[in-house]
Order: sequence, then C-alpha cells, then structure tokens
Amino acid sequence: MNHSAVILQNLSKSYKTVKALTEINVTINKGELFGFIGPDGAGKTTLFRILTTLLNPDTGTATIEGLNTVKDYKSIRNIVGYMPGRFSLYQDLTVEENLKFFASIYKTTIEENYHLISDIYKHIEPFKHRKAGKLSGGMKQKLALSCALIHKPEVLFLDEPTTGVDAVSRMEFWEMLKKLRSQGITILVSTPYMDEAALCDRVALMQNGHIMTIDTPDAIIGAFPVKIYTVRSNRMYHLLNELQTIPETEAVYRFGDVVHYLNHSETFDPMIITRHLDAIGHTEIVVKQAVPTIEDSFMLYMRKSDKFNIPGNDN
Amino acid sequence: MRTILYILQKEFRQIFREKAMLVIILVIPMVQLLILSFTATFEIKNTNIAILDHDHYVESRNLINKFSGSPFFTISSFYDSYDEGVEALKSGKTHQLLIIQPHFERDLQRDGTGKVMIITDAINGSAASIMSAYAHAILIDFNKQILVEHFPNLSLSDPIQITVSNWYNPRLDYITYMVPGILVLLVTIIGMFLSGMNVVKEKELGTIEQINVTPIIKYQFIIGKLLPFWIIAMFEFSFGLFLAHFVFGVPMLGSLALQLGTVSVYLVVVLSFGLFVSTLTDTMQQAMFISWFFMVIFILMSGLFTPIESMPDWAQTVNKINPISYFIQINRMIMLKGSVFSDFTRQFYSLVVYAALMLGLSVWRYRKVA
Repeated sequence: MNHSAVILQNLSKSYKTVKALTEINVTINKGELFGFIGPDGAGKTTLFRILTTLLNPDTGTATIEGLNTVKDYKSIRNIVGYMPGRFSLYQDLTVEENLKFFASIYKTTIEENYHLISDIYKHIEPFKHRKAGKLSGGMKQKLALSCALIHKPEVLFLDEPTTGVDAVSRMEFWEMLKKLRSQGITILVSTPYMDEAALCDRVALMQNGHIMTIDTPDAIIGAFPVKIYTVRSNRMYHLLNELQTIPETEAVYRFGDVVHYLNHSETFDPMIITRHLDAIGHTEIVVKQAVPTIEDSFMLYMRKSDKFNIPGNDN
Repeated sequence: MRTILYILQKEFRQIFREKAMLVIILVIPMVQLLILSFTATFEIKNTNIAILDHDHYVESRNLINKFSGSPFFTISSFYDSYDEGVEALKSGKTHQLLIIQPHFERDLQRDGTGKVMIITDAINGSAASIMSAYAHAILIDFNKQILVEHFPNLSLSDPIQITVSNWYNPRLDYITYMVPGILVLLVTIIGMFLSGMNVVKEKELGTIEQINVTPIIKYQFIIGKLLPFWIIAMFEFSFGLFLAHFVFGVPMLGSLALQLGTVSVYLVVVLSFGLFVSTLTDTMQQAMFISWFFMVIFILMSGLFTPIESMPDWAQTVNKINPISYFIQINRMIMLKGSVFSDFTRQFYSLVVYAALMLGLSVWRYRKVA
C-alpha cells in the first residue's frame, strides 16, 4: 500500500442527469507517469477536479498519499500541484509575479525550489517581466507548470497540458515530465491525444466516464487481438461503408487519411480486400498491414462494450 | 498572516496595473459628485411666466413689475389672446400664465376687488406647487401694497407674529442637503460593484480554480478581496468629504472621527453584499445585474431624493433592510446637525448587525469545494 500514490475506489460522480464518472478504480504507484487517455467528455477533468479536492465525489473514495480527498482536503492541498486545462494564472501579473505569488502562498520561495523548475523556467526567465497574458501558448504552459511545481508537490496533476500547444512544444513538454518523474514526483496527466499514451508508464483508456482498460502502453498494444490493414483507394468517401460488407468484418474506421480495417477471421487474407474493392469499381487500391497503436486499441475497446458508447453514435 | 499580506500585495498590484480601472475608481465618482451636487436639486429657479394683460393700466403694470422684479420669475413674453398663452404653455415655452382681467384697475378702484388668474403647468406636481406658492406670495404682497395705498390709516399688523427659523440648513440650501447623501451613494457604488466584480472575474477567467487548490484559507481569501476596496472606498469617502467642505461649503459640524468610524462599518456591509452576490453568480454580467437591481431599489428608497417619512408604510418597512438609508441618515446627522453617537445608535447598530450578517453569509457561501 505504501508504494501507491493515488488510490481510487468505486469513484462515481453525476451532474444532474449526466453520469460523468462511473465506478472508477485505479491505483497509481509512487513515481509513476500515469496517463488518462480519452476524448473530450470522457470525464478526465471531473476526475482531476475530484483528486485535487475541488469537487466531492458522489460515491467511492479517493486517497492521495494516504489522505482522503474529502476529509483531508486541507493536507492534500499542500502536497499536490495542479495545472488546470485552461490557463488559470493571473494574466495581468508578470511571469515572475505569478511565480512569486504562488511560491509565497505555499510558504516557500522561488530560490528554495529553483532546482525543480530550473529546466522549465529557464525557457521563460528571459521574459519574466512580461505579463502572463502576453505569453505564447507554449510559454504559458511552461509558466503554469512552474507554478504548479514551485511548492515541490508529491503528486502533480496535469489536465490536458498539451491541448492547443504546437507539436515541438508538446514533445519538449513530455521530455520535461520525464525529468520530473526522475525526481520522484508522481505525475498524473490527462490527454485526448492517443499518440501521447506511449510516453506514459501506464495509461487508463477512458470513455464516457468509464475506464476501459489500464495497462502499460506496450501491453495494451501487445494485447491487440487481430491484424490491422490500412486501406486507401480512389473513392475514400465510400470506402468506409463498402468495406463493411466483407464477411466477418470486425471494424472499419478512419485513421488519419487512411482507413483501418479489422477482420476477426483467423484465416483472413488481405487479398480479399483488394478483390472486394476491385469488384465494385475502386481503383488505386493500396492495402498494407499496420502496427497497432493505442488509438486502434481504443477503437476496439469502444466497439466491444456498448456501455462505452455514446447512444446514437455508432462508428 | 503573512499569506494575507501576499494576497493583498497581489490584489493591489492588479488594481493599480489596470490604468483604466484606476481612473474609473478614483476620478469618476469625484466627477459625479461635482455634477450631481449641482444638478440633483428640487429648487425651482427661473420660472418662465407669460403675461396676458387685458387691462394695460397702472395697477396691472405694477403687478407685472412685481413679477419681473422677483429673482424667481422670468417674464418669457406678453400675449394678447388667451389662445396664444395656452399654446405657449403647451409647447413648454412658459411654465405659468398670469392673466389680468379687463378693467382690472377700474374694478379695483370702484369695487375694491380686481381679478387675476394664474395657470400653472402641473406635470411635475411638486414643482408646480412650489411655483404656485411663489406666485401666491407675490400676489399677497401686492395685495398689502394696495391696501397701504388705498387705506393708509389701516393697521396692517397681524395679531400673531410669526418668525420662521430654519435650523441646520438656514438658507435652505439644497447642496447642503444633497452632498452628504450623494457621497454615500458614491462609496456604495464602489463597494458593491468592485468587490463582487473582482471575485466573479476570477471565476470567469478560471484563476479561482488555481487559488482553490492552494492551502489559502477561506477567510484569507475573503479578507484579500475586501480589504483593498475597503481602503480605496475609505480614501474616496475622505476625499469626497474634503470636496464637500471646501468646494461646496457643506458644513461639517460633527466629529470627523465619528463619521469615518461609521463609514468603515457601512463599507463592510456594502462590500460583503457585493461579495455575497458574487458567490451566487458565475459571470460578471449576472453579478452586475443583480447588484444593479438591489442598488437602484436601495438608492431610490434611501431617502436621498424623497423623504422616507412620506413613503407608504410597507416601503418604510422594506427600508429596514436598506443599508443606504441608514447611512444617509447618519451621514446627514453628523455633518449637518453635528449629532453625536447617542443620537443614531439605532441606525448604527442596525448597520453593525447588517455587516455581520452579510459577511457571515458570504463567507458561508464562498466554497473552495463544489
């Protein structure tokens, strides 16, 4: 038990008629970089708000470093760092003023914990007299992370930290998170970007308030049951529907600019796809076997269980 | 304790950084004080009166001269026909019509009575009664003059000698009456709007989220939100008093310390009121409308413009929860009457109870956990 940083047991939360979270059970180890992966509306922000004591769950318990989020919320506020999805620092204060303010209300100073944030803060230090509202998206995110870290939290919650940040800054950001993890900080991060799952130690795939699976990214991909074929042709628009008519089709879905095709027959030959499409008039047909990704797993989990599906939104 | 200082430092930084806001906070109320004090008046000056003289003799000329000699009346024009006069009244060119009947002088000489008629535009009832009263006074004066001329031997002294003495505002100066009230109004606006808006702004921008996860304690946050505006409003009130005394010459008979003491309690009421509204609302727009709703009602019922005593009974009961009315009473009493604490204990303790109640409510309603 004492190596678990965060334990969630049967956590549920509803907003009036909407069930935001249903029976969430997760145990996160100390020093782990744990990702909650799921589309908008999966319940990630609600979960993070419960964990950061901003919201009380309807049922179930959540403990952080052995402290209950409802009973011991005061102690928890001293040991967690939270970076909300929306930039929540004072836009009319400068970079330095923001950082100083948050340091002082945690009764610490920038100097005391400078080693923790130096890697991140040095990028924005040249602009420390600039108002936070005038920073670029990537710099705002670095400042927010610095402010969330300045009191040396034991557990760090990052709610969609990379949403709206350019690709280069995103990669930089994940590098920083890995460095922070090496300092022993437990990091919980939520993201709608499936490709970021591979950068976590373990991930939970979330959809409609449910956790569909929890495992390491490799294990999730490794457990992928069937082969995946990428398909493209000259009539991409019709491809999706026309592939469905192949016998024993498991799933067909768009994947970037191609279509992913899955068949649950063990003896499936990809030539069947080519022949099927050729027969109904497609040309420029390309069929290739693909390596499954987290996104493929996500789509498969969603199909497997109807309860994860939003009603009326069948793929 | 140190935490509160850091929060205060942050709040002041933000307030003083926003230059436009600073102008709004400091300059606008002063301009309002200067403008409102001169314009919010019930005094009737420069009444336009039009004359229809059908007689054109010496006595009618004398009567007209009485009117033109009064600082209160301006003779707008002379008409020959009744219809012309009515038209002038209709178009608003004149407020009153003095009609002197034909043979006014002859009747006066022969029968001892002459007839004049005064028609007053009475759309604004209170103004009309004042205008009529002034015209009446001139006519009485004129009557006496005629009596003196015609019966020089008649004793004109009344059996009862009346001496009217106006205390606390001997010259019936309207500015003296209005300025203490308007001063209250201005600090109320500052208090009620700024504190509330400030919290709702944090809600709207999401910054409150980041504050709520910190170990800041509720009371620290609330003090951090109230104190800066309390200080600003206190400063503004003092500066307003300075203007009132040295620009408008409003007397300050009471103790300045007593006055500042009561305003400091009153400000806790309005600031917590604003804060309470902010805990009930999610956007600045909502907070604005709710504050505005209460403020307009409180102001119109406060006795600033119309005396509370002449309001219907239910309104006087409602006024028991109107903080503005209490403080306007106190403020006028201290400034104009030189009242001491024992003169307004009821109003003062009402404000104290009010302050405790509103502050308690807003502390209770402000929650860091949803």
